[in-house]
Amino acid sequence: MNLKALKRLAPQLIAVFLIIAVIGYFWNNTRLNMEYLGMEFGYDFLSKAASFDIQFSLIDYDGSSPYFRAYLVGLLNTILVSVLGIIFATLIGLFIGVSRLSPNYLVSKLAEVYIEVFRNIPLLLQLFFWYFAVLRTLPLPENAISFGQSIFITIKGIYVPKFIWTNFNFFIISFILAIIVSFFIFSYAKKQRENYGKHFPAFWVSLGTIILFSGSGFLFGIVNLTFEYPEIYNLTETVFNYRGGVTIIPELLSLLFALSLYTSTFIAENVRAGILGVGKGQKEASSSLGLTPAQTLRLVVLPQALRIIIPPTTNQYLNLTKNSSLAAAIAYPDLVLVFAGTALNQTGRAIEIITITMGTYLTLSILISIFMNWYNKRIEIKEK
Amino acid sequence: MNYLDNIIKPKQANQNTLVIFGSILILISFLDVVLLSVFDINLTGSSKGISFFLPLLLGFIGMYYIRFDHTNFPLINRFNKSLNIDWLNSIFTLLSIFVLLKFVPLILNWLIFDANFIGTAKEDCTGGGACWVFINVWLKRFVYGLYPDSETWRINLAFILLFVTIGASYLAKPKFKKYIILFLLFVFPFIGLSLISGDVGGLVYVETNVWGGLALTLIVSIFAIIFCFPIGVMLAMGRRSELPVVKYFSVGFIELWRGVPLITVLFMAANMFPLFLPEDVFLDKLIRCIIGIILFEAAYMAEVVRGGLQSLPKGQYEAAKSLGMGYWRMHLFVILPQALKIVIPGIANTFIALFKDTPLIFIVGLLELLGMIDLAKTNPKWLGFAAEGYVFAALVYFVFCYSMSRYSQKLEKRLSTER
Amino acid sequence: MIKSLKKFSIFLASVALLVGLQSEAFAAKKSRTLSKTIKQDHVKCGVSQGLPGFSNADAAGNWTGIDVDVCRAVAAAVLGDSGKVKFTPLTAKERFTALSSGEVDVLARNTTWTLSRDADLNLTFVGVNFYDGQGFMVRKSSGITSTNGFKNGISVCTNTGTTTELNMRDFFNSKKISYEPVAFEKADEVVQAYDAGRCDTYTTDKSGLAAQRTKMKNPDEHIVLPETISKEPLGPAVRHGDQVWEDIVRWSLFAMIEAEEYGITSANADSLKTSENPQIKRLVGSEGELGTLLGLGNDWSLNIIKQVGNYGESYKRNIADTGILPARGPNALWTNGGLLYVAPAR
Repeated sequence: MNLKALKRLAPQLIAVFLIIAVIGYFWNNTRLNMEYLGMEFGYDFLSKAASFDIQFSLIDYDGSSPYFRAYLVGLLNTILVSVLGIIFATLIGLFIGVSRLSPNYLVSKLAEVYIEVFRNIPLLLQLFFWYFAVLRTLPLPENAISFGQSIFITIKGIYVPKFIWTNFNFFIISFILAIIVSFFIFSYAKKQRENYGKHFPAFWVSLGTIILFSGSGFLFGIVNLTFEYPEIYNLTETVFNYRGGVTIIPELLSLLFALSLYTSTFIAENVRAGILGVGKGQKEASSSLGLTPAQTLRLVVLPQALRIIIPPTTNQYLNLTKNSSLAAAIAYPDLVLVFAGTALNQTGRAIEIITITMGTYLTLSILISIFMNWYNKRIEIKEK
Repeated sequence: MNYLDNIIKPKQANQNTLVIFGSILILISFLDVVLLSVFDINLTGSSKGISFFLPLLLGFIGMYYIRFDHTNFPLINRFNKSLNIDWLNSIFTLLSIFVLLKFVPLILNWLIFDANFIGTAKEDCTGGGACWVFINVWLKRFVYGLYPDSETWRINLAFILLFVTIGASYLAKPKFKKYIILFLLFVFPFIGLSLISGDVGGLVYVETNVWGGLALTLIVSIFAIIFCFPIGVMLAMGRRSELPVVKYFSVGFIELWRGVPLITVLFMAANMFPLFLPEDVFLDKLIRCIIGIILFEAAYMAEVVRGGLQSLPKGQYEAAKSLGMGYWRMHLFVILPQALKIVIPGIANTFIALFKDTPLIFIVGLLELLGMIDLAKTNPKWLGFAAEGYVFAALVYFVFCYSMSRYSQKLEKRLSTER
Repeated sequence: MIKSLKKFSIFLASVALLVGLQSEAFAAKKSRTLSKTIKQDHVKCGVSQGLPGFSNADAAGNWTGIDVDVCRAVAAAVLGDSGKVKFTPLTAKERFTALSSGEVDVLARNTTWTLSRDADLNLTFVGVNFYDGQGFMVRKSSGITSTNGFKNGISVCTNTGTTTELNMRDFFNSKKISYEPVAFEKADEVVQAYDAGRCDTYTTDKSGLAAQRTKMKNPDEHIVLPETISKEPLGPAVRHGDQVWEDIVRWSLFAMIEAEEYGITSANADSLKTSENPQIKRLVGSEGELGTLLGLGNDWSLNIIKQVGNYGESYKRNIADTGILPARGPNALWTNGGLLYVAPAR
């Protein structure tokens, strides 16, 4: 017994000592080096004025804001591009994954070519390709490609109309109400289906509800929506630019392109594996029950396939979020460019800033993992 | 009335007529697109904005008429079966073909027909297409980086040695195979490294900051692959260890590395790491970056290997223990060989991911392939060839990654039949 | 068990020894950087990733430029061979971290000397090797001829992590012009983005504008606006805390400038050993013990002048002859109406 306990304890003690020794070694070196250089350690710089401007920000920011706010701007930009990237990658991945299994030879081959090409080329290269090769061929503002005189595509960015709301709160409240009501409609439909075997067109009814509810504001003239169109103006006699509307900067666009196209290939493979993982018998059984192919896909195949698809796809979402840090290679002002770039350079607080940056990504990763695990649990087979 | 009905609802009786009629419609629609995209002739006279719409409509009607369960034309049967299953598929087929007809000629023109291949300067590129002269002139730099020309034979020799040993490990008898693989893993890296860096046996010392190009990409990848594998296996075993200290340390280590972006790891390795070392210890920047990549990828490797360990039935562990095997012997001879076999695709994917991550060292100033292309495309004499450079790099990376993934698929198949 | 305990104690002892040695090593040396440099037999120098005239590598990896020459001068002074320099190309963002961590020992990367950098970043600027100021470049076709032509909504390309980024904000704020800053990490990317039309103007130090113009498709289509919006004294920097090393780098730079003042060139340095002028004799090492005071050999400045040349030679070779800025302007000697005035080496 004693020997056994010792056998268990000794390697652990060694491990603890080893870990402490290694950490202590680096810690000691760093401390001595910093002391020698007269460097201080501390996070007080976060409240000092940043005094640099950022190209693109979701919250109010100007150079007189503190570094902490610059951090928030970078963080929000990272989250923005990650969320958009995740949405697009999922949609494209779903489409390509289903196409890959299409009985149509041409469609499935094209999907395969797409997957192999975009998966086997490094992301950084794709990013450079989109930013430095493709988007650079877009025209100058005076020759913009325009759609219906409201969307303009130029080398300086894509300009789209801006929504201008009056009484936006009323609209959003009625919209939320409609969502809540349609939630009840869906649970009612479920009850009908499970208890009485009746089909209730929940989708159409709730769509109608949403349109009715959110449209009511317009109908009674409480809510009003107008558009602010981008318009061209002279910066000088020969140089033009657009103002008004919303500008989507090319840096964001190319980052989105690269991230979602690259990640979609992995998601497509997951989707394919998921659908293939659902037994053939399931599909045959459901079609023999008289379900249409679309219903089979929606009600029988997808819910089961999702369980296979979600865990590996979670990893892809994590990768996408971390890969968004490549933004620093083009000029998209994300966390790495703004905080671990400009802020680091102006303050010289390398250790503090890199720790915060790494900690932030770690937190983001953990949050995504927790959310996806929760979702995965929710859709697991519930034994009744 | 009857006649009209025949046209709207195709009947078996008029099959041949309808099939021919349909085929002609389809041909016209294709021809229109081809002429429009290749020769810029507008057959149907449709305006530019909707130039695809009319052919699409024609093709759709045509495909509707030829969609029979069985016809007298084998070609049409094949077409129906693989491309014209229902109306939705016919639209997909048409759209795919139109997109191909529209873009493939454009791409081919740029890549080949309008491109320039021969020459020595920018001025030799007169065509409207790609300027492959750029690649041609810089090829040596792209492959060897800034490595001195007179010494490049050393890089060649190192890689030839590598390929010969790999080849030998295939052909050799199983008895020697083990030794060759051990040589490859533990001896070769150091031979290769001293050959390339020099300063031994009369070879001139070549500093790492002139290493570059594809050679550097491969050096980094090979080193990282060789070392991240054993570390990953150890971490995976640690994560499944019964000793809490070992277990939680492994969990923390893995999750930490998996949670942070590689680019911050590389920044730390390249610019901050000397701060963590005593003043008289100096580690080369390249080595620091490789260590960063190794630790980063080892965490991913650990998760892959853990999957393999978890999927083994408990009986395997119990059987090994009942034979009186200790922890290490059990893992080395019973558990790992089986577990690793299961996760070969995962391991291969991690290697491919690692290879695709190497361009990131360019961001911290190491001039691997992408870095050399960047250097070349900003050279004042060679401005404006970004696309050519990127296409070339893409091709190189694609060839490596695609062949690696193909090889792993083959390996997977071979091993799965052996079981 | 006993075996592992034994191993354990050996390990313990070695760790203790290692930690002990460390602290001793830190205490013993007068100049860490100098002894490290002599031991490694090369000067670790941080330079730009390619700015013609300042630090630029050719296709074979040979570095040239006036910043490069400062590093070469230090190598000549310390190691007697101007070729013993290891150049590390750094982005603007990386430079200070690389210097303070010890990745490089001299930062000669067209870096502006400012108070906050000096005090807050723990750097010490040893002098100025180029007097510069921030300017703007625009396309000729834009019709803009001065910064008064700037209007709201102008997009500006620049580098991240530079004083340029801060000055730009001051400038546009004081003029009450709204602008879109597009900040890249690598200088080459800024040039390409501006050249492609992503931005209406490109701002950096004027010497930088002149140098980067050579990297554009049609250099003649661009002009540098006459206004200078800031003072940019560019100079080499070292870490805080190593005064001996700081002195070496400072006086290596000063020796180059003073050599020009006294007309000592790489060609005539040897023959001036017997000059009548004691100051010249001190600089070429035939009189006095200046090198010893710095902890170097007495031929330190002679090596610099012979192997690298004086400041004027360096300027001519790297900046004037390459067509970047033919006129010396503020970078002429004080005797010629410029700003170059250094403390005497005596």
